[in-house]
Formats: sequence, structure tokens, C-alpha cells
Amino acid sequence: MPFIPHTEEEIQAMLSSIGTGSIDGLFDEIPPALRAGRLSNMPPALNEMAASRLMQERAEADGRYLNFIGAGAYEHHIPAAVWQIAGRGEFYSAYTPYQAEASQGTLQLLYEFQTMMASLTGMDLSNASLYDGASALAEAILMAVRAHKSARRVLVPGCVHPLWRQVVEALVKNQGIELVGVPYCTAGGDIVADALKQFEGQDFAALVIQQPNFFGVLEEVDELTDWAHAQGMLVIGAVNPVSLGLLKAPGQWGSKGADIAVGEGQPLGAPLSSGGPYFGFMCCKQALARQMAGRIVGRTVDLEGKPGFCLTLQAREQHIRRAKATSNICTNQGLMATAATIHLALLGQDGLARVASACHANARALVEQVTAVAGVERMFSEPFFHEAVITFDAPVADVLRALEAQGILGGLDLAPYYPELGNALLVCATETKTAADMTRFVENLARIVARQSSAPSCTRLKPTATSKW
Amino acid sequence: MLIFELSRPGRKNPSQAPAAAAEANDIPAHLRRQDKPLLPEVSEMDAVRHYTRLSQKNFSIDTHFYPLGSCTMKYNPRGSHQMAMLPQFLARHPLAPESTGQGVLACFYELQEMLKDVTGMAGVSLTPMAGAQGEFAGVAMIRAYHASRNDAARTEMLVPDAAHGTNPASAVMCGFTAREIPTDRDGNVDLAALKAAVGPHTAGLMLTNPSTLGVFEKNIQAMQQIVHEAGGLLYYDGANLNAILGRVRPGDMGFDVIHVNLHKTFSTPHGGGGPGSGPVGVSERLLPFLPVPVVKLDAGRYRLVTEHDLPQTIGRLSAFMGNTGILLRAYAYARTLGGDGMRRVADFATLNANYLMAELQKAGFDIAFPQRRASHEFIVTLKGLKDKTGVSAMDVAKRLLDKGFHAPTTYFPMLVPECLLIEPTETESKQTLDAFVAALKEILEEAVATPELVKTAPHTMPVRRLDDVKAARELDLTWKA
Repeated sequence: MPFIPHTEEEIQAMLSSIGTGSIDGLFDEIPPALRAGRLSNMPPALNEMAASRLMQERAEADGRYLNFIGAGAYEHHIPAAVWQIAGRGEFYSAYTPYQAEASQGTLQLLYEFQTMMASLTGMDLSNASLYDGASALAEAILMAVRAHKSARRVLVPGCVHPLWRQVVEALVKNQGIELVGVPYCTAGGDIVADALKQFEGQDFAALVIQQPNFFGVLEEVDELTDWAHAQGMLVIGAVNPVSLGLLKAPGQWGSKGADIAVGEGQPLGAPLSSGGPYFGFMCCKQALARQMAGRIVGRTVDLEGKPGFCLTLQAREQHIRRAKATSNICTNQGLMATAATIHLALLGQDGLARVASACHANARALVEQVTAVAGVERMFSEPFFHEAVITFDAPVADVLRALEAQGILGGLDLAPYYPELGNALLVCATETKTAADMTRFVENLARIVARQSSAPSCTRLKPTATSKW
Repeated sequence: MLIFELSRPGRKNPSQAPAAAAEANDIPAHLRRQDKPLLPEVSEMDAVRHYTRLSQKNFSIDTHFYPLGSCTMKYNPRGSHQMAMLPQFLARHPLAPESTGQGVLACFYELQEMLKDVTGMAGVSLTPMAGAQGEFAGVAMIRAYHASRNDAARTEMLVPDAAHGTNPASAVMCGFTAREIPTDRDGNVDLAALKAAVGPHTAGLMLTNPSTLGVFEKNIQAMQQIVHEAGGLLYYDGANLNAILGRVRPGDMGFDVIHVNLHKTFSTPHGGGGPGSGPVGVSERLLPFLPVPVVKLDAGRYRLVTEHDLPQTIGRLSAFMGNTGILLRAYAYARTLGGDGMRRVADFATLNANYLMAELQKAGFDIAFPQRRASHEFIVTLKGLKDKTGVSAMDVAKRLLDKGFHAPTTYFPMLVPECLLIEPTETESKQTLDAFVAALKEILEEAVATPELVKTAPHTMPVRRLDDVKAARELDLTWKA
């Protein structure tokens, strides 16, 4: 019996202690009509060897590609030590640290995590993780609405990750919160002052600023932050943690800094893994501490005065406040925060800065090389971090299919998300890409685009960059 | 010692970072970082040693019996972990074309099918990232269902008072008000109170069965009728599914929606607080509202069903497809068990719980519902002990740590004073359960003979009992140099 240790003799001894003749007898309080027969759709059991063989075959069928897709999930080097330590049973198979004295390892590690994340984002404090970046943004919006009190509307620009916007919509709409879009500038690919004018003097709880934004473009965060604060809004910064090795922390944006910083923690030690598990992080100013969602670890002392760690501010949480909790979240992404902490410790401040600048340098090199190909151009003019939108006179889906046949995933086709952009491809290069990788991509792209655009297919019109919107 | 205190300025770890890149002079100075973040400057060995030592300060399933009620701390097979960490699985980008993910999508599709089978539901979505998000998804679907029928009056979600705190919190996040239904003396939901509570304002009932009191709701069929006749839907909180896996199917009980905690019933790790995974299963009438993406098998190819195919969906709950790596572990576990193995989970979880309950009763402990059969868990109340000796459930829990056992869940459910909610799970042997009974017996004796010893426990952990009042009053949430 897989994972069940009982011998026949023990089963009989246990049943006789209970005073029942059979295991079936233990289910006698369940109405007979409800007792299920055999499961009909369950394959027979495999032992570990057979299950491993099956999984290996499936994994091999999926293969490995040279990947230039980013769009919210980024390929980075993960030091070997990260998962060798995070995979230790003492971290891997522990529960949420309710019994603090028997969980000092996890608790101290999370306190270190909070310290690192708060410093990285330039905020006063951090929680111990949320599910992912998208749901963290939803929690930040709920938090801003609770803190703001009068407004139930939030400005969410169109250059915030489109899948994140969908998640936010799904998670906050039932509470009567309205998400109002802000158009992005089709020339720069960012939010410009003109786009915000129409909202001046209105009651909004917050402005969301994603930096870098979904197009990889850098927003004028100082200007946007000061504008929102002047309008009585809170500022929610949605940031890529790796970019913070190079870019200004949300806490330093504008004259007062953002109020809440959230983001997708995946770039810190989580493998791409078809989308999860990743983790969301959430940091904020001191004034908002009691509005935070999720677990928070605090340092305290034991009865001998020795320092130790425990979960704190639990009066915000569902297991105490029930219907009045700041969020329903219970289990979060503890192990991913564990991996992120080890990852950041191994990189250190110098390492993170190097990773960020290597990403940026590679993305610049890639954009330079692809735009040297005839007919390929960068779509937006503003500076970018490690991804950019390119455009060419050929259907993006066809080009991507042709690249895939060469073992290359060439980026994300923006047509399903931004049909107004025409042939638009979001490409990313992190520190993992070598000069040879980029050459391979560019040579294939050049060949495929030349072939595709010479074919008499129905090429779509490119948007003109003359009008602002 | 914190990692920051090990840090020395200028200590670098060059093998983990690329060579210094050129100055990012195309990025304007006002957008660049000017200060250095507080990240430690330590060697690779410093970091490895520090975090390995920290891990050794934890209790975990791999090191200790962990009978935490309603948490299902069973063995997490190492094989599942290794299979989910195959390099191709780890390297695949979530937005990579479906053509490059037929292997991983096959696993997800088959997991959906297996979950349909064990829950008795018509459809499953794997995307919710934990139990609470599964609850959110379920309640949001109930809301969308009523809205699709223009039934706007249904604003109230019924929740038994024994429910997990996430239930009322999830109802509120979906825009409902939560109304509590009391429990009767036998540990069942009070039927008369339920009858009195339902009406045209009832959106549904959220029920954990077996309940957090560790007993199967005897009147489940009557409850189902009462709620459905009033026009409400039934939500099944699958936190305790381990008790009935393969034995009873929530779909057969008439439930409309269920969430399953894969990090409980399907043995995926708890990771010190996640990641979890909370797939939802639904009856026919809620199929159009399932959260996306869902995996579909179309002419021999697996593909993701999105909002384009399912326009009434409650939407996306995560940027991609939830905690996919956890889904792979659950899939590997389910394949290792097969159908008969599923049923054995409930059988032996129930055997272990009832045996432990019987042995503790013989050892002189008060069982909260001695007249009932235990499900996969049961409650001991230490009110008698507290009245007699001043030793509380918390003291006993802390003393158990000294004896090498993780404590059961304490002070939940709140209905039973000084309670320990004990869930042994099916993966523990009789020897371990006997040793646990012996330890609790010793503590009972200590509580009488040397109560101070128990009240000041633990004595052998890395720290003594912690001051959590101070932690909340004088917030220290980040280290400052």
C-alpha cells in the first residue's frame, strides 16, 4: 500500500482497541446511500519507477527551446544551492509556522525576506508573500480602497500587464470596485501627462504604475507619483524585483515615494515551470501596516529575553477576524519566499545589480541587432529595461511558428492583447542569453521575415505614430 | 545571527553573477537606483551554512510527527518532488505555445479527470492557488450563477460557526454578507436554525464535511434539500476531503461546487506556508462559470480553454495557470496511488484517527464528541485539566514540542474550550501513534505533579515561549543596520 505503513497484525490490534470489526465499520455514520462504489475513471497505481518513466517521457516530449519570451515570467540563472536548500525536508515539509518555537528556521528566514524586500522596494515593511504578482496587485488595490475610504475607483493604465488586469478585475469586481483605464502613448509606449488630465479633480483611491511596464518601457515614475499624490490618490508601484538592482525603488519615486509596492517574485529563484508556483510580494509604508494582506513575521523576545520570531499582526487575518479580515488569504507561497531569500543572499547587492545590468545590456544588444534587419523596427521610443516591442511587415503568428520550428521561442505575439498595435512582438533577453543565442535568433528572424513579407499575404497596416493615442 | 550580521562590505560571490555589464547610460539618471539595497554580502558557503542551520530549527513532516488538525500533514513523497522538477518542466515558459507543452498539459488534463472522478463533479479547473482562492472561485461562481438568472436578491452566504475563518472571509471578498449557523450538541449543523435562516436572500451554504469538529454531518441530505429548495447553492470546503477520499463523493451529496486542497489530500508539500493549490470542481449548472484556463482535449491535442471559449467565466485568478508545479506533484501522487490507493487514504486516515481517539480516551483524556465516530480527526478538550491544574491547551501543546512531537491545532474550532484538534493522517504507523499517546500521558501526569514545568514549556527548543503580545505592540518587521 503506497505510503501506508500498517501491517495486517497492527490493523487488527487497532480495530480491536476501537471495538470495531472492520475498517468499513468506521464509516457507519455516513448514510448508506452516499457511500461510493469503486472509482470509475482512475488509472491503476504505478510504482515510483513507472511513474518516473511516464513523467520523463512527458517532459522529454515538451523539449527545450531557446526562449525570448518574457511578459511577466523571466528566465534567470538560479544558483544550485537555492533549491538544494529550499528542497530540504525541514523547509519543504513544514506547515505555516503557527508553533513559533518549533518553526524558528522558517520564521527567521521570512524576517530576512521581509527585510530584503522592504529595502529593495524602498518601503518600510513587507509581508511574507502572496500568491503571485497579479493577485498581489489585486490585494494592493483592495488595500488602497480600504485606506482611502471615500473612493472605490482605481486608475489602472493600459500598459499594465493585460493578464494582471484580468486577474485584478476577477478578484475585485464583486466588491463594487471600478477599474478605470488610462491610455498609453502609442509613440512612447508609456503613460504621459496628457493622458491623465481628464482624471484631475476626480475621486480615485489609487494610481497603479507598473515599472517597467508591460511593453518593457520605463515610465516617468517621479512625475506620475507626484501627480497622483497631488490628486489625493495613493500610488501602487508594480515592479520587477530584478530590475530594482538597476532602477529607482518605488519608495523613492517622486517627492514622497509610492505608498504600496507589489510585484511578481518569480525572477528571484523560481523556475518558469509553465507558470507556477511563483510568489507575489507586497511592501508598504508604515502607515498602512495594519491594512496589509497576508502573513507578517515580527521579531520579539522569549521569556528569558532572548530574541525570536513569530507571526504577528494576526488580528488582520481570517482565522481571527473571519468576515472582517483584510483578505481571505491563508496559505501563501512560503517555499518560494524561502527560495527567493536564499537566492538574494547568494547574489548579494553587487550580484543583483550585475544581473539587472546584464539583462539590460543584452536586451539593448538584441534590439539593436533585430532592428538592423530590414523591415524590423522598435515600436516605442522611450527607454526600456529588458524587453521591448518590435514590429515588422509579416504576420507575427506565422513568424513565431517558423522560429519554433528552429527551436526558438521568439517572443509574445501582442495581437490577442493589443490588436490596435498590428504586427507587434514583445521580445525579452535576460542575462541568460549569450551573443551566440542572440545571433541565432536574429539570423533566423531576418530570414523568416524576408520570406514572409515577400509573400503576397495580407499584411496589416502598421499604426501611425503621429497621433498620440 | 541574521544573514545581515554575517555580511562584510566588499565580500562578493562572483560565480553567481554575470560579469559587470556596460553602464546603462541610455536610462536617464532619475530613473536609476542611487542607493544600494540591504542585501547581504556573504560567500556562497556562508549562505549555504546559514540557511541549512536555519532549516534545522524547524519541525517538519520529514523530521517529526505533525498531527495538526485540518491540515493533513501526511508524508510528501520525494518521488513527486523529483518528477515535478524535471528540467524540461522547469524550463517551460507559461506563454510558450501549447505545441511545446503537450506533455505537461496531458498531466493537467488527466489530473482534472481524476479530480472529477473523486469529487463526483462535472468539471474541474486547476487554477486556484490555495484553498482560500478555491473558496473565492467557488463563491464567485455561485454569485455569477445567480446574476446570470437576474436573481439579485441573493446576497447572503450561510456559514456554520465551526467553519474555517477563510469561509466567511471569502464570502465577503465576493461581495456577500456571511451569516453564521450554529452547531447542535452532537456536532451537526443545527437543522432548525438552518431552516429558519434560508430564504430568497440565500445565495448558498458553505460547508466543511466532515466538519472541523471531526464528525460527518449526519443530516447532510436534509441540509442539501433545505438549501436547494430555498434556491441556494451548496459549496463544499474540501479541507477535510482526506477523510472520505474514494469513499463518499461530494457530487453524490448534491453539492454544486467543491475545492480540493492538493497540499493536504494530494500530499503536495506545505513548504512552511505554501505554495498550496485549490482546484475547484463544479456541477453541470456551474460549468459555464469555471475560472480559466481549463485544459481541454481537442482532436488528440491538449489546449487551454480561455475566456473566448467560456464567456461567462468568473475570469482569471492568476496571471498564468496557478501553481502548476504543485499540480504536477499532485498528479504524480495520484498516479502512484491509483483508484484503490485513493480509497485506502480515507480508510487508514480514519483508522488512525479512531485508534488514537480510543487510546487517548483510555488514557484519561476528555473527547469532545465521544458519542460520535471520528472522521480523520477528532477533538480533545482540556477544560477539565485547566480547571484542575491551571495547565491550558497551549501549555500542553508547547510541552509536546519538548517531547519531540509537533502540537495539534489549538483553540480551533472555537466552539470547544481548551481544545486540541488532532489529525494523525494515514501515513503514520501504530508505533508513532502509541509514542504520541505515551507523551500526552506523561504531560497529563506532569500537569498534576509539576504544573510549572508544563506552563513554562517549551524547554528544549531553540527559543523559550515567545512574547507575541510584544511582537504585535512593538512592531519589528525588518532588520535595521
